[in-house]
Amino acid sequence: MAYVAPTGPAPSQGIKGLVSDWSSDQRAFKNVPWGKAMMWIFLLSDTFIFACFLVSYMTVRISATAPWPDASEVFALSIGGQPVPLLLIAIMTFILISSSGTMALAVKSGYEKNRKRTAILLVLTALLGASFVGMQAFEWSKLIAEGVRPWGNPWGAEQFGASFFLITGFHGTHVSFGVLFLIIMAIKVLRGALDDQRPGFLTGRKGRYEIVETLGLYWHFVDLVWVFIFAFFYLW
Amino acid sequence: MAHSVVAHQQQAQHHAIGIYLWVWGLLFVLSVCSYMVDYLGFESYMKWGLITLFMLLKAGLIVAVFMHMAWERLAIMCAILIPPALVVFLMGLMAVEGNYTFLARLGP
Repeated sequence: MAYVAPTGPAPSQGIKGLVSDWSSDQRAFKNVPWGKAMMWIFLLSDTFIFACFLVSYMTVRISATAPWPDASEVFALSIGGQPVPLLLIAIMTFILISSSGTMALAVKSGYEKNRKRTAILLVLTALLGASFVGMQAFEWSKLIAEGVRPWGNPWGAEQFGASFFLITGFHGTHVSFGVLFLIIMAIKVLRGALDDQRPGFLTGRKGRYEIVETLGLYWHFVDLVWVFIFAFFYLW
Repeated sequence: MAHSVVAHQQQAQHHAIGIYLWVWGLLFVLSVCSYMVDYLGFESYMKWGLITLFMLLKAGLIVAVFMHMAWERLAIMCAILIPPALVVFLMGLMAVEGNYTFLARLGP
């Protein structure tokens, strides 16, 4: 059945609005489609997973007696014989930020019902995401070739490898799934499934451009997590 | 009727393209800044402070503008943003725990 928006007096703002929203019937989150609210709550739980990983990383790093490997040197790339610190990581960061930018524009184009532009921007986002994963695979194989293992590495504290593979591996998995969803969404948009409100493959709900924003939330979250990984793991 | 009846259905997030491009640009600048912290070889509290500052600014911009949190109602802002902030407490506890383990490993 189609969703019928509730009507009534305009909801109040500020703290008063907060109290009335939370104490209201049926739905606490006004003006938010439930799919988007559920995505936010999923992302909240995901935040806790990544927070646990980063806090454990902090704990093992503080408690390690061996010196922690210097990420600036470990992740350096040599260009013309000259080592440039963190070069690949910097490029990966810019690629992920750019993909977040194209995603934001895709959401905007979606709400403007610009089918073609939305699809192109989604494909562009997916390509940037895929190149990010590709660079991560390159980085992993480089480190593995240099002898980094979850139980040891040539430069110092053994916990370095375990933290690195766990945190970047989990993040890379998130990016990979995001790319998959972006491609599926681009196909849906391109064939007009959202314009015609066709139901999805696994759901009876009608397609709407709101789902592009919901996917966008997931994608921006992946970028958000990278901001923290970049700061705490690579720069700290 | 006393107050005007307004259909408060889901408002689509419509924002000018300029704000997205601005935030995109700012994220680039902030990333360059945090990269420069490493490149210029700042040390200790200066380094950690700058890294954290740029990190929080980037995170704030992404959540507020790209994820449209700035235009949501206070109810969902609080529901989503307050719980992760409490992780700072866990971080403090585990830092104490980590220091204890470190001292224990050093031996008597």
